[in-house]
Amino acid sequence: MMKILVCISNVPDTTTKITFTDNNTQFNTNGVQFVINPYDEIALARAIELTDGGKGSVTVINVGEASTEPTIRKALAIGATDAVRINAKPHDAWYVAYQIAEYVKNNPFDMILTGRESIDYNGSKVAAMLGELLNIPSVSIIKKLDVDGEQATVEREIEGGKEVLTIPLPFAAGTAEGVAEPKIPNMRGIMSARTKPLSVVEPVEVKTFSDIISYETPAPRSQVKLVAPDNTAELVDLLHTQARVI
Amino acid sequence: MSVLIYAENADGKFKKSTFEAVSYAKAIADQNNTGLTAISIGDVSSDELAALGKYGAQKVLSVTNDKLKNFVNQAYASVIAEAAKKEAATIVVLSNSFSGRGLAPRLGVKLEAGVVDGAVVLPIQTDGKFVVKKTAFSGKAFAMVELTSAVKIIALTPNSYKVVETDGTANVEEFAVEPKASDLKEIVKEIMRSTDKVSLPDAEIVVSAGRGLKGPENWGMVEELAELLGAATACSKPVSDSGWRPHSEHVGQTGISISPNLYIAIGISGAIQHLAGVSSSKVIVVINKDADAPFFKVADYGIVGDAFEVLPKLIEAVKAYKASA
Ligand SMILES: Cc1cc2nc3c(=O)[nH]c(=O)nc-3n(C[C@H](O)[C@H](O)[C@H](O)COP(=O)(O)OP(=O)(O)OC[C@H]3O[C@@H](n4cnc5c(N)ncnc54)[C@H](O)[C@@H]3O)c2cc1C
Ligand SMILES: Nc1ncnc2c1ncn2[C@@H]1O[C@H](COP(=O)(O)O)[C@@H](O)[C@H]1O
Repeated sequence: MMKILVCISNVPDTTTKITFTDNNTQFNTNGVQFVINPYDEIALARAIELTDGGKGSVTVINVGEASTEPTIRKALAIGATDAVRINAKPHDAWYVAYQIAEYVKNNPFDMILTGRESIDYNGSKVAAMLGELLNIPSVSIIKKLDVDGEQATVEREIEGGKEVLTIPLPFAAGTAEGVAEPKIPNMRGIMSARTKPLSVVEPVEVKTFSDIISYETPAPRSQVKLVAPDNTAELVDLLHTQARVI
Repeated sequence: MSVLIYAENADGKFKKSTFEAVSYAKAIADQNNTGLTAISIGDVSSDELAALGKYGAQKVLSVTNDKLKNFVNQAYASVIAEAAKKEAATIVVLSNSFSGRGLAPRLGVKLEAGVVDGAVVLPIQTDGKFVVKKTAFSGKAFAMVELTSAVKIIALTPNSYKVVETDGTANVEEFAVEPKASDLKEIVKEIMRSTDKVSLPDAEIVVSAGRGLKGPENWGMVEELAELLGAATACSKPVSDSGWRPHSEHVGQTGISISPNLYIAIGISGAIQHLAGVSSSKVIVVINKDADAPFFKVADYGIVGDAFEVLPKLIEAVKAYKASA
């Protein structure tokens, strides 16, 4: 029986326009729709595939306040077996990884999957931090994941290519596209999600090493300079003499 | 104190993103009146190692242990942490490459250090504070992160800091380490790297195309333009979802984020999720037949026209420019 833990992050929907409040120190959640981080949906889908047909179980874990429960229930509707919420505001990746590692020390898993990065803080950090905290291997960005007994074969993304690795269980990995297609919950999943176990665990004390002190939005670009379709030579000249990029 | 930079190589050669990270680390060392040591792991020639001096490294620690020929995340992190302790480094810099993203968090845990991934400018050090700006919300915003730990780790976004050459030289020293068996659990079976192509995350120019190109058979033009410009190719999400192009080319909020000097978008509408991953490009050129395509709002230069007519002409114009240059 393979036990897989999938870490899910609760993030603003990809269509969200990002704005800030309180003198640019807080993300403005007003009217924002929160969803499962898209990469975490890939991790969840693969975990479900790997344990399908009674071969194991999938636990989803989230470090978040009660407001993240709809997202957790969605993961249960997609097919996770049970869920854990560590009841805290996620301060940063270190805080999240530390809380999850503490949980895993008491509740071991054969494999821990995260998304390759969260689309809000984009750290790509939680999987590798979990690996270090639990003293197990980690692969940060994988594009393929197969398991055979006590060993997995993964494809790791590298600049301009990929690497194939074998890695013994247990390990932590961050999944990217290619690992699986995200799954959409069906009616039965949605019904059963309401009664699947979701346990709430209180956080442990942890030192912090970083704080986000403010946010900025990118400077707006100046107006586009249009070039006539039959005047591509002018475009090339502008890129050379004005923009100086070729 | 000192600054340590992990100088990542690909097949024994340092890439431009490594020189950017060394230049960046040198500037941080200067900010703090201290020295810069580089650490290299794997088979790299002594000339190549010594050349790191040109970008500001005073000392280069070279690890050539056979067990560390290929990248093994856990073992590499242990070696870099050891080097950081040996050099009493309080700031460790890496490139925010695929490997760097695996190393920085592990180093953070080992050294009880705060980590900033995806830094885009030099740290701001005032009033005893150490603040680093990084991209957040997949390129839709920036976050200013204060590191409060004694040791600090920064992973620099490729293409966000200019390579600075100095007339310095570096002393190369062998750094003997013996990796623990427990750090060597992953085994690299195969490495597939296309050496004839520019890699997308650190490309200076990117030619990207979307659904407007109608089908995979039309990518010849895109590749030809990219090759002429020494550019990498990219695509929008539906293009890779339909299998027209590999997933590794998908840019945007749920693909990779890039910040090249020049991004040329052909037949891409400019959806918010696409823009998120490319908006930190320095110059954006948009070619789209629809004058109302949202992409034009964030473009620097644009051509309203049919890609099937414009692209061949653009290719000719680039050829003419190259012939005259
Ligand atoms: C959760 C989520 C995440 C997403 N993440 C991403 C992401 O990371 N990256 C991403 O790219 N998308 C992402 N998307 C998809 C995004 O919303 C858009 O659907 C997508 O970017 C559109 O791709 P496109 O511009 O290639 O295609 P289209 O929107 O179909 O646009 C095609 C464009 O080509 C133009 N065109 C057509 N024919 C020609 C011609 N002959 N010559 C010139 N121009 C022509 C049209 O005018 C149009 O503007 C995401 C969506 C969701 C829901
Ligand atoms: N608050 C959280 N709770 C549970 N998992 C998380 C949380 N934040 C991030 N993760 C996981 O860590 C991955 C990488 O996040 P990050 O390091 O923020 O880019 C995400 O894809 C999630 O799988």
